[in-house]
Amino acid sequence: MFGKLGLDDIPYHEPILVVTAIVMMLGGLAIVGLLTYFKKWKWLWTEWITSIDHKKLGIMYFLVALVMLLRGFSDAIMMRTQQAMAAGGAEGYLPPEHYDQIFTAHGVIMIFFVAMPMVIGLMNLVVPLQIGARDVAFPFMNNLSFWLFVAGVALTMISLLIGEYGKTGWLAYAPLSGIQYSPGVGVDYWIWGLQISGIGTTLTGINFFVTILKMRTKGMTMFRMPVFTWTSLVANVLIIASFPILTATIALLTLDRYLGTHFFTNDMGGNMMMYVNLIWAWGHPEVYILILPAFGVFSEVIATFAKKRLFGYNTMVWATLAIGILSFVVWLHHFFTMGAGANVNAFFGIATMIIAIPTGVKIFNWLFTMYRGRLEFTSPVLWTLGFIITFTIGGMTGVMLAVPGANFVLHNSLFVIAHFHNVIIGGVVFGMLAGLTYWFPKAFGFKLDEKWGKRSFWFWIVGFYLAFMPLYILSFMGAVRRMQSYANPEWQPLMIVAWVGAVCILLGIACTVIQFIVSIRNREKYADITGDPWDARTLEWSTSSPAPFYNFAHLPHVGSIDAFWEAKKEKGMAADKPTQYEDIHMPRNTVAGPVIGLISIAFGFALVWHIWWLVGVSAIGMFVAFMFRVFNDDIDYYVPAAEVERIEREHHKRLEMQA
Amino acid sequence: MTTQTVNQHDAHAHDGHEHHDASGMKLFGFWVYLMSDLVIFGSLFATYAVLMKGTAGGPSGADIFELPLILVSTFLLLFSSFTYGMAVLAMHADRVAQVKGWLVITFLLGAGFIGLEIYEFHHLIAEGFGPDRSAFLSSFFTLVGTHGLHVTFGLIWMLVMIVQLFTKGLNDKTRPRIMCLSLFWHFLDIVWICVFTFVYLMGVL
Repeated sequence: MFGKLGLDDIPYHEPILVVTAIVMMLGGLAIVGLLTYFKKWKWLWTEWITSIDHKKLGIMYFLVALVMLLRGFSDAIMMRTQQAMAAGGAEGYLPPEHYDQIFTAHGVIMIFFVAMPMVIGLMNLVVPLQIGARDVAFPFMNNLSFWLFVAGVALTMISLLIGEYGKTGWLAYAPLSGIQYSPGVGVDYWIWGLQISGIGTTLTGINFFVTILKMRTKGMTMFRMPVFTWTSLVANVLIIASFPILTATIALLTLDRYLGTHFFTNDMGGNMMMYVNLIWAWGHPEVYILILPAFGVFSEVIATFAKKRLFGYNTMVWATLAIGILSFVVWLHHFFTMGAGANVNAFFGIATMIIAIPTGVKIFNWLFTMYRGRLEFTSPVLWTLGFIITFTIGGMTGVMLAVPGANFVLHNSLFVIAHFHNVIIGGVVFGMLAGLTYWFPKAFGFKLDEKWGKRSFWFWIVGFYLAFMPLYILSFMGAVRRMQSYANPEWQPLMIVAWVGAVCILLGIACTVIQFIVSIRNREKYADITGDPWDARTLEWSTSSPAPFYNFAHLPHVGSIDAFWEAKKEKGMAADKPTQYEDIHMPRNTVAGPVIGLISIAFGFALVWHIWWLVGVSAIGMFVAFMFRVFNDDIDYYVPAAEVERIEREHHKRLEMQA
Repeated sequence: MTTQTVNQHDAHAHDGHEHHDASGMKLFGFWVYLMSDLVIFGSLFATYAVLMKGTAGGPSGADIFELPLILVSTFLLLFSSFTYGMAVLAMHADRVAQVKGWLVITFLLGAGFIGLEIYEFHHLIAEGFGPDRSAFLSSFFTLVGTHGLHVTFGLIWMLVMIVQLFTKGLNDKTRPRIMCLSLFWHFLDIVWICVFTFVYLMGVL
C-alpha cells in the first residue's frame, strides 16, 4: 500500500528535524489561518495560483526563492557552525550522516531553488516589458513551468520530514549515488525533485526564447534590445541546449537505481566517468545560465544610475554570445584529475581561460560606463560595485583552477568552495538582489527602503569576505571540502572566522527582511506614481507601476537603443495622453497548470517510495488534467477598450495630481 | 461562451500588428522543443557509443540483432511518415474525412512499429539479454526504448487529434496541432534512421 514507506522513516528521534518540522507546520498553519481569517482563498486562487500573468509568476518565483534562501542558508550556517566546532578530535553536533545530507541539500537548494528561480523570476517580470510585449509566447506553459518548479521544491522539502535526502553532494556522482552505495530514498528525492523542476525549466527556456525572438514590439531589432533581454536570450538558449542533458543523465541514473541497468556501475561494463562527463556537460552551461542574466542586471543598473548610455553595447552583446558558446566547451575542467591526458586537459584549460576575455570586456564596459557618469550611490549601485570587485577576484581564482597542473593540487579542496561561492554570491546573488531592488517598484508600485537595503549590502559583502577568504587560505593548509570533522587544530581559528562571516550574512538577510517590512509599512511614502522612479532608459519604465496586466495600452515603437530615454529627453515625461484605446487580446487564467503541478508532487513522491498504484493514478491524473486543457477552447478573451481607458485614465489622474 | 469568443476572434482577425501570429509562433516553439529533444537523443547516442563495448561477457550487437525484423519495422515507420504527409496535404485542401483516414492509417503503421519493438524486447529479455545484463544492453534498450516511448506518445497524440477532428473539425486550434504532430512524427523518423544506422547496421558489421 505505501511501498517502502514505513513509520520508521519519519525522523522523530532527531531533535533538530523535529524542531524544524514543528516550525514549518506552525508557519504553514499561520498562513492557512490568515488566509481563512481574511477570506483570501479565492483571491489567492484567481489572482495568483491560476494566473498566467508573467509579472505575477515572476513575483511568485522570487517569493519561493527567498523562502528557499532561508532554508539553504540554515543549512549553510549549520555547516559553518559544525566546522567551527569539530576540530582536533571533537565531533561537533552533527553526525556525518546528517552533515552529508546538509551539504547536499544546501548545494541543490541554492542552485536549483534559489538562484534559478530568482533568475527566471526576474526574466518573467522584466523581459516582456522590456521588449514591449503583452505576455510571453506560451502563457499557459509559463504557469505550468512555475508549478513544476514548485513541485520540485515541495519534494525536496518533504524529504526533510519523511525519509532522508541524498548524502552524495549536489551532483550525486555515480557510483556513490547508485543503488549499491546509496540504498536509501535520499538520492530518489534528489532525482525526482530535479527531474520534475528541470522539465519546467526547459519549458521556460523554450517559452522565453520564442518570446524574445517573435514578440518584440515594432522597431525593436535584435541590436536594439536592452542588455538584460540579450543576456536572458542567451541564458535561454543555454537552457534549451543543456537541460535536456540533465534530463537524460538523471533518467539514466534512475534506470540504474530502479531497473538494475549498468550505465554508471563499477561492474558489468558500466562507466562512472560517463556520468561525470554528462552531468558537467549540463552543469557548466548551468552556471552561465545563472550569471549571464546577472550581468544583464548590472548593465541596466549601471547605465540607469550613471545616467549614461551603456558603454560598448555591441561588445557587451558579442561578449555575452561568446561566453554562451564557450560555456559548452569547458566542462572537463571540473575533473582534470580524471586522467584524460595532457592534451585533452590542455584544451579544456585553455578554453576555460579564454572565457576570462569576454568577461573582462564586460567588466571594462561597466567601468567605462561609470567613468565620467553621474553615479548615484543607490543600493543597486552598491551591489554592482561590490560585484565588480568580488567577481573579478572570483574570476581570477577561476583562472588559477583552470591551470590543469595547479588543479591537481587544488582539486576537491576548500579552494574550489571559496572560488565558486566567490562568483556565485559575488555575481548571481548580488545581481539578483540588485535586480530585486531595481525592479521592485515596477512589480509593486513602491520603492524599497534604501537605508535597510544598504545595511543589507554591507553585511553581505563583509560577511562574504569573512566567510570565504579564510577558505582560500585553509585550502593551502590542506583542508578539503565536505569534512564533517578534522584532526588538524590549526585550521580552527580560520574556521571560526568563516563562521563569523556566515553570521554577518545572516544579519544581511535579516536586513532584507526588515527592508521588506519597513517598505511595506511606508508604501505610501515610497510610492512610484510616474512608473519611472529611477529616470531609467528601457521600455518597462514607460508604463505605470505596478504595470497593468496588459502591460501597454498601446504597444510602443522603438527607433534606437534606449528609445524611451530619448523620447523622455525630447518630449518630456510621456504626458501626451492617447485619445483612442483598442480592445486588447489576452489569455485566460489556467486551472490545469497548478493541478498538474500538484499531482506531479504525488507522482514524484510515489516514485521515491515505490508506491506503484499512486504512480499510475497520478500519471493518469496529469494526463486527464492536460486533456481538459487541450479540449478547452475558451482560453483567451478581449479586454474591452473602455476598460483599458478606465485603467489608463486612473494612472494619468494620479500623474496629474502629483504634478 | 465558445461561440462568442470565436465571433470576437473573427471581428479582431485583422487588427494589425498587435495581433501576433499565434499558430506560426506555436510551430516555431515546437521546432525549438524538437531541438531540445534532439539533445536528449544526442546524450543517449553518446552514452551508447561509450558503452557499446561494455558487453561484460554477454552478447554484442552482432549476436542479437535480427536485421530482417528491423527492416520491416523501419519500413513501417518510414511509410507512416509518408501517410502523415498525405494527411497534411488533405488538411491543406480542407478535406477533413481524408485527414481522418490518413491519420488512422498512420496510427496503424506506427502501432505496428511499436508492436514489433515490443516483440523484439520481449524476445531479448526472455533469452536472458535484458537491460540489466550488461552496460551495452542497458544503453541499447534505453536508446531504442526512448525512441519507442516517443512514438507511443505520438500515437496517443494522434488518437487525441482524431477525436478532435470529429468533435471540432479543422480550425485554428486543431490545424497547428496537426502540423506540430507532423513535425514530431517526421522528427522521430529521422531519429530512427540514426538508430537504424548507428545501432543496428553498424552493430552487425
